[in-house]
Amino acid sequence: MDSVSTQVSIKPYARPPKGSQPPLLYEPYRATIKRAPLKPMIVLPHTLSEVTGPIFGHEKVGEKDNDLTCQYPGEPIGERIIVSGRVLDSNGRPVPNALIEIWQANSAGRYRHIKEQHPAPLDPNFSGAGRTLTDEHGAYRFITIKPGAYPWFNHYNAWRPAHIHFSVFGTAFITRLVTQMYFPGDPLFAYDPIFQSIPDERARQRLISRFDLETTEPQWAKGFKFDIVLRGPEDTPFET
Amino acid sequence: MKPEIDLVPTPSQTVGPFFAIELTTDEHCIKCVAGPQAQGKRVWITFRVLDGDGAPVNDAMLEIWQADANGKYKHPEDVQPKKLNAGWMGFGRIATGEDGSCVLETIRPGRVAQGTPQAPHLTIAVFARGMLKPLYTRVYFAGDAANDEDPILRLVPAERRETLLARPDPARPGYWSFDVRLQGDQETVFFEV
Ligand SMILES: [Fe+2]
Repeated sequence: MDSVSTQVSIKPYARPPKGSQPPLLYEPYRATIKRAPLKPMIVLPHTLSEVTGPIFGHEKVGEKDNDLTCQYPGEPIGERIIVSGRVLDSNGRPVPNALIEIWQANSAGRYRHIKEQHPAPLDPNFSGAGRTLTDEHGAYRFITIKPGAYPWFNHYNAWRPAHIHFSVFGTAFITRLVTQMYFPGDPLFAYDPIFQSIPDERARQRLISRFDLETTEPQWAKGFKFDIVLRGPEDTPFET
Repeated sequence: MKPEIDLVPTPSQTVGPFFAIELTTDEHCIKCVAGPQAQGKRVWITFRVLDGDGAPVNDAMLEIWQADANGKYKHPEDVQPKKLNAGWMGFGRIATGEDGSCVLETIRPGRVAQGTPQAPHLTIAVFARGMLKPLYTRVYFAGDAANDEDPILRLVPAERRETLLARPDPARPGYWSFDVRLQGDQETVFFEV
């Protein structure tokens, strides 16, 4: 311990490519107008405070927390789906033990939230919330119900495409990611400013899960794949 | 095995208005960063999140990351020759109420000295509806002698540094306040990390 120098250099993380992340101010998404900082951001060289972050263990997750269909005595209404994928860093290294938390509307497009006003039914057998940790290969899996689209007040006749909110912790506080997973072929993409806020077309498409026959279980549930890439350290790509 | 996916980081999307059903339930909020046995000077920081009109943001979540009283992080990248406080985690998560405020209980962190020594600080990530990605800022403690030599504060134009200082409540020792102003004349300094 004593031989370790306190002047060890900090290994910085790579900055995301231009256009791959949304801007702070995106006027079509009205709520950004009063909430986006307008003064210049200070570019922060990474210190130990940025390249460290919380690492969670199994105490944060219950055994069945990744199955949103079995939290109540009865089964939730809707289309049962399996959402799975891997969490990797931008060098292609799997991120094991990453805490993933999800939340979503039920099949009717209604959240179990006190401020939710959409007049669609609540499902007594569905909370819409779950969590899991990735395994040693960075893999995760949830069983849930396909969420419905829901209306909001951003503009006249505004509807959010069906989505599942994902919150992911990687290896550092600055690799923290909160995003939304969408379903292929949703006709609402073209009208949704949250989805459209990402300038780069390819990056935007990455938020759309893909139907996967391999993880689909016969007579039981459709499979959707959603891989997540977190920022990785600025270094050589993983040899594969 | 060759990674079959594009390795550009996944884009961020807003947490939206309903994150509380998972992220900040009573069970998943962490309003106290420092357990009862944590060493150090105990502090209570009242955060207030305000929008461009100065109106309270009642649906924000703050996540906090900090070192222990010795300036040591619980993380393998921290190789400072210091002993971590027993049971120290260093992570907090709180949600604003109707008045845009929330209180964090913690201890005042020590100085992190891997690389250029830094003044005691908390790193904060702010999430909310109307924010397509999180905002990162730092909380320093007004009056701390180390602030003048902090390498990050020095990057901030002098006239904006004030926005990064928590203020002590003269009437209540240990109580501090920190405003997160998303926009406007007194806009908080945010960092591009
Ligand atoms: Fe949503």
